[in-house]
Amino acid sequence: MTKKENHHIGYLTYILVWLTLIAFTALTVTVAGISLGKYTLFIALLIAAIKSALVINIFMHIKLDEPIFKVFLGLSGFTLIVIFVLTFVDYIYR
Amino acid sequence: MINHQETITNSGNVNLDVHRDDIGAKMGMWLFLFTEVLLFGGMFLVYAVYRYKYPDQFHLAAMELNTNIGTLNTIILLTSSLTVAISISALQKGSRVISLIMLSATLILAIMFLVNKYFEWTTKFEHGIFPGSKELLNKPNGQILFFGLYFVMTGLHALHVIIGMVVLTFMLVFIVKKSVTSDNCIKLENSGLYWHLVDLIWIFLFPLFYLIQ
Repeated sequence: MTKKENHHIGYLTYILVWLTLIAFTALTVTVAGISLGKYTLFIALLIAAIKSALVINIFMHIKLDEPIFKVFLGLSGFTLIVIFVLTFVDYIYR
Repeated sequence: MINHQETITNSGNVNLDVHRDDIGAKMGMWLFLFTEVLLFGGMFLVYAVYRYKYPDQFHLAAMELNTNIGTLNTIILLTSSLTVAISISALQKGSRVISLIMLSATLILAIMFLVNKYFEWTTKFEHGIFPGSKELLNKPNGQILFFGLYFVMTGLHALHVIIGMVVLTFMLVFIVKKSVTSDNCIKLENSGLYWHLVDLIWIFLFPLFYLIQ
């Protein structure tokens, strides 16, 4: 019943992460305006992935929480990737 | 035996219920969030396949979406994620007032998001674009699919925003009534996780619908 030590993230860290997220939003909007052909989608998704990594690690505390949550997260991410890959393999080579 | 009794007295002092299991509660929340991820994941999959099939028509249809409103809503949701994170942190540090202010700010931002969404959708409706409308059904298949996915996915996301607002309003009341406190704040933490998930889904919806050019 020992209370687990609470890891606190300071307000400043949150604000810095928020600023970074806003900066990435500005970046993704700017990049979308430039025609980069087939890389546009890739860059947009890459930025979205970086933004979600920030939200999950810092805002959602996954970095400091029980390791089992990371396992959960990895598993659900893996499941999604498998579903996407299998669907596309089926769709493209049908 | 003495030690055992001491433990009970001690935990009584810090207001720890023997039946309370914060880690279990959080684990349950994460499991629920993964079902949400799969729910939206399925829709993103449908989106991906149809975008692959009709790339040009998706681009054409996306031109009609208002990038400015989309960007504004992205900033609003990111900011609301910040306020909810600060609210939890503040309560854990024992500053109830800051926590309440930040939670209220989150609710105000959520309302702003929905107001923008309302104007965005009504503009679409005025242009005759809504599921099943004559105007929409006259468009080619790819565009019908794009708008169908747009309404279903942003609609389901907006529903999540509304649910999140209801949950956060309850937390506000719980903090005021002191049933959620600095050493018993798992309910607020879990509500925060839900809110961040709503933000996460938007992080992907935004570039996929508003930024195809």
